[in-house]
Amino acid sequence: MNFDFSDDQKLLQQTAKDFLEEHSPLSLCREVLESDAPYSQSLWKGAAELGWLGTAVPEEYGGAGFGYLELAVVAEEVGRALAPIPFSTSVYLATEALLLAGSDEQKKRLLPKLVSGESIGTAAFTEKAGQNGVESVEARVDGGKLSGSKLPVPDGEAADVAVVAAQGGKGLSLYLVSLTGDAVEREAVRSLDPSRPAARISFEGAPAELLGTEGDGAALAGRVLDRAAVLLAFEQLGGTQRAFDLTREFALQRYAFGRPIASFQAIKHRFADLWCEIELARSNCYYGAWALSNEDDELAEAACIARLQASRAFDLTAVEMLEFYGGVGYTWEYDCHMFYRRAKSTSVVLGNPASWREKLISRLEADRAA
Amino acid sequence: MDFNDTPEEAAFRAEVRAWLEANAELRGPEDGGGVDLGELVDDETLSAAKAWQKKKADAGWACIRWPKEYGGRGATAIQGVIWNQEESKFKTALNIFGIGHGMCGPTVMTHGTPEQKERWIPKLLSGEEVWCQLFSEPSAGSDLAGLRSTAVRDGDDWIINGQKIWTTGAQFCDWGILVVRSDPNAVKHAGLSYFVVDMHSPGIEIKPIVQINGGTGFNEVFFDDVRIPDANRLSEVGNGWAVAITTLMNERASIGSGGGRAGIGDLLRLAQEVELNGAPAIEDSGVRQKLADFYVRSKAVQYTGNRTVSALSQGKTPGPEASLGKLVGAVLIQEIAAYGIELQGAAGVLNDHDNTAHEGSWQERYLGIPGLRVAGGTDEVLRNIIAERVLGLPPEARVDKGIAFKDIPTGPPSK
Repeated sequence: MNFDFSDDQKLLQQTAKDFLEEHSPLSLCREVLESDAPYSQSLWKGAAELGWLGTAVPEEYGGAGFGYLELAVVAEEVGRALAPIPFSTSVYLATEALLLAGSDEQKKRLLPKLVSGESIGTAAFTEKAGQNGVESVEARVDGGKLSGSKLPVPDGEAADVAVVAAQGGKGLSLYLVSLTGDAVEREAVRSLDPSRPAARISFEGAPAELLGTEGDGAALAGRVLDRAAVLLAFEQLGGTQRAFDLTREFALQRYAFGRPIASFQAIKHRFADLWCEIELARSNCYYGAWALSNEDDELAEAACIARLQASRAFDLTAVEMLEFYGGVGYTWEYDCHMFYRRAKSTSVVLGNPASWREKLISRLEADRAA
Repeated sequence: MDFNDTPEEAAFRAEVRAWLEANAELRGPEDGGGVDLGELVDDETLSAAKAWQKKKADAGWACIRWPKEYGGRGATAIQGVIWNQEESKFKTALNIFGIGHGMCGPTVMTHGTPEQKERWIPKLLSGEEVWCQLFSEPSAGSDLAGLRSTAVRDGDDWIINGQKIWTTGAQFCDWGILVVRSDPNAVKHAGLSYFVVDMHSPGIEIKPIVQINGGTGFNEVFFDDVRIPDANRLSEVGNGWAVAITTLMNERASIGSGGGRAGIGDLLRLAQEVELNGAPAIEDSGVRQKLADFYVRSKAVQYTGNRTVSALSQGKTPGPEASLGKLVGAVLIQEIAAYGIELQGAAGVLNDHDNTAHEGSWQERYLGIPGLRVAGGTDEVLRNIIAERVLGLPPEARVDKGIAFKDIPTGPPSK
């Protein structure tokens, strides 16, 4: 049994870590957070040059031809750096949707641009509060023209192509839609995590190209979300570990009542509990990566448990981070809020925990009935 | 990343499997198993346990991780895991040797003289003699080094007085490992010595403890002028704490794994069988949310165990981080058991084999689990271990350092 990454994968991870430590310090995340820019163009260019955007894309479409284990370790580092780039949307959602359902022509036309970073993709599924995926979608496609409004579209300002869920002639389907045309109106919206901002996008007869089988949109979106859930869980894991490490350092340096606050059991025991949550998340993430890289039937379940535990660990750690830092943790100047924002945003962006718990139980029931 | 055995591991597993198949019967789903809730071992169980151990010893499958010179196979850690995985799939006698083989044997092998090893190890391995652990006292549990039982030198003997508690299987054991205070004037940890005591010695009185689940697997052991020859001392006088640490490190290594038996599968089944508000409970969204959380955590504990096995497989030694499985796992089992009772509605008040869902197993678990949370380190001790040894956080400020043990403040004795 080897429930661990290979030496080559660890080396790739270390390379990614070194690069991001140099090119994506937390100050870069803050820069995007404090500006109107939707992402860091220089970091995006760097990630593209290193081939990260096509890590799991076959070479015939311009990718590196590695697998999902390699993409997972890169994702963990992107998360650790709180990298302010549209990595998760373009790579885990748009690229994966194309790989799953795109025709050969669509892949040849679009994937090389996504891999090179020239194009940025996203997914536009939800339309209003309370939605977690493609349920109750009202946007419509008639005669190849898309009408409707999507909110929130993650990285909606940065992206130039979107995988859009809309009702077609044979029911809910996914479509590829260019976001740069006249019939598309984009509006910046304030986001909980402005280092990864979302947008509102309205379509009024925008040309829409079917992705996959018409009427198969719900199943396809579910598969895309499963893949994205595992990969985003690695980002969450990286962010959690960074928050934890910074908080540990702080608690060792900060003195109160003549002792480092890290020497009080009230603090130590909470660190121990957080450490357990992170290790549990790591275990479920690894299982998810294994299921993803083997295209295993268990991915449907593995995605749920990876996403749920990674979200939980990140949420808890970010909340405790602010608490342990005390007053300074609540200031704009300290970095705690960047983790706090990222944790909560990532826990809902692919659907909230309640929706993933429901998905998990439904899938377990289906397994038992089978 | 690969969940499968390496070719070497697969070959070893096949060898293990072949011997087990020739000597035992496969366990069926109806054969139960799982959490040890501290039941008393009767004579029949005892002789069956000894017979199975003898059979393994004769075939070279007893204590396989021990060096060959002591009767083991010198097996690797991952081979040890494979043996345990396979043996647990068969209907074998109850393992009453966990403490002897997991903790006492390794301690004697580490600190014993050649004569001591020669005297004790072979019969411990073959199951002819059963061992127990005499560490905890009424006033010394998590703070084990605060123990107060005394050893006073008398010629070639030591005279032992005091009380030990939570001794598993003391009634049927032949030998016990014992830590006592040999010098109350020394500072706390320096005044301890470590002995092996003949459990049949005059002056030893054993009283079973009745647990909250009615079980009587543990005992109080009273020492009234019990004589132990100096030849039965392990290591130097005053070095008992170092020896005890060897024992405890082995204890931690032998706990740890577990996790997969939290009961989530049974809970899903129960939720399909019982109703809530007139419909199957499994259809209730609140129930579904709760089950999902339990499931996520059960799997996480299980896969964390897999990561430990994986580290073993690569020749690494798991350290104090193995505390996670017990810390998270025991709480989880307790929460799942509690929810199993709640799902039964008002009938959750029952604890009757014939009239309760799943033969009352949820109520049995609920009453058994609190023992698991305190055994082998309470949750609080495990959190300290993780905080200090894994995360490198500073130790507690203490008031018992650098002063003679007799001067350390103490509360009233417990009942």
